[in-house]
Amino acid sequence: MRFDWLYHESGRIAELFVWHLGLSVIPVLIGLALALPLGWIAQRAGFFRSTLLGAAGLLYTIPSLALFVLLPLVLGTRILDPLNVVVALTVYALALLVRTVSDGLDSVSPDVLQAASAMGYRRPARLLQVELPLAVPVIAAGLRVAVVSNVSIVSVAALVGTPQLGLLFTQGLQLQFLTPIVAGIVLCVALAAFLDGLVLFIAHCLTPWQPGRVGK
Amino acid sequence: MMNWFTEPAHWTGSDSIPVLVLQHLAYSSIALLLACLIGLPVGLYVGHTGRGVVLIAGVANALRSLPSLGLIVLLVILFGPVFASDMAFIVPSLIVLVLLAVPPIMTGSYAGIAAVDPAVVDAARGMGKRPLQILFDVELPCALPLIFSGLRSATLQIISTATIAAYVSLGGLGRLIIDGQAQNDYYQMAAGAILVGVLALTVDLMIGVISRITVSPGLTRRPPRSHG
Repeated sequence: MRFDWLYHESGRIAELFVWHLGLSVIPVLIGLALALPLGWIAQRAGFFRSTLLGAAGLLYTIPSLALFVLLPLVLGTRILDPLNVVVALTVYALALLVRTVSDGLDSVSPDVLQAASAMGYRRPARLLQVELPLAVPVIAAGLRVAVVSNVSIVSVAALVGTPQLGLLFTQGLQLQFLTPIVAGIVLCVALAAFLDGLVLFIAHCLTPWQPGRVGK
Repeated sequence: MMNWFTEPAHWTGSDSIPVLVLQHLAYSSIALLLACLIGLPVGLYVGHTGRGVVLIAGVANALRSLPSLGLIVLLVILFGPVFASDMAFIVPSLIVLVLLAVPPIMTGSYAGIAAVDPAVVDAARGMGKRPLQILFDVELPCALPLIFSGLRSATLQIISTATIAAYVSLGGLGRLIIDGQAQNDYYQMAAGAILVGVLALTVDLMIGVISRITVSPGLTRRPPRSHG
């Protein structure tokens, strides 16, 4: 390890780290926002459910590098545009989370729903105040998977030139120099661990009735 | 785009489409085979005995956060001087492919075995089956759906990462993407991406068909084939 190199490059590495953070988190947030209504519809409609989950599974099949390369063709963007990466990762997050949200809503016991209805909760209020909070542990488990795998997939975008920590890997190979590669791996793993912990913490705050651990 | 596919030069020779597809499939199959040899026994053992659950869950989670591109590049630089010629990038690539494919296979087979109804296992024991017979005659067939879902994610992971490994000179369809970018030929890149996508979907479909054939109809609520 050449720590003087790291010190010298710390400004650029910090910049790449911020890019990496944004590219990992924003797609998951958009994916979740889209997956909540879609997952809710999927959970209620039998035929639609299998179609929607099937389509989601199909999207998840496409390798990430292929998706990064193909999106400019679909979106009309330039290949270097970070938007391609955001859209690709949103597609993955959505594909994963639609199933998670509908499974989460499924996990709420029918007795609880009956009790809520008997207490006078109408449909929308019951969904927002009873079903969704009770589905948080399952949804959080899916979010953890989405966010952690995103951190790893983002680095692949270095091969199409999008700025993020993956550029340290390509630079390391070109220079035959281990320091940037090791630094990149360590920062990626640390970022994944931090975001994973953050999802756990938020889920814990959202479910105060659960005394112990969430999502496992 | 179609012009690229219909150009005869892209279908013959040493880096033509059929050769790249075969290379991609060859590397992927070797990696999948090795990953199964490691992942299945461990998963079955942990599922059957219930020992080591925390360990495999931890290993699986830790491996998921490792950036595959970084790992490949790291191993290529470390192993570069050790191996001669092509092995200098083939061995590191295969190691990473196997490393990424083992966790889904391991957790899939573990979860499949652990989810088998204890009453079924008790019944098998009551019929006088020995532990290994219970594992192979009862637990394994019941666990097949989850084992296949693990195999499916492992295979997709391998095909996807083999594409990335083209960056360190591995053959296969990733070559079209990486070389296309180096030559500023977007059509070649897009063609490579389409071919990889189609290959992944086809292989995924094949695994689906195999699992339909091998999973007992008693587990899937489909009518047995003799009646259907």
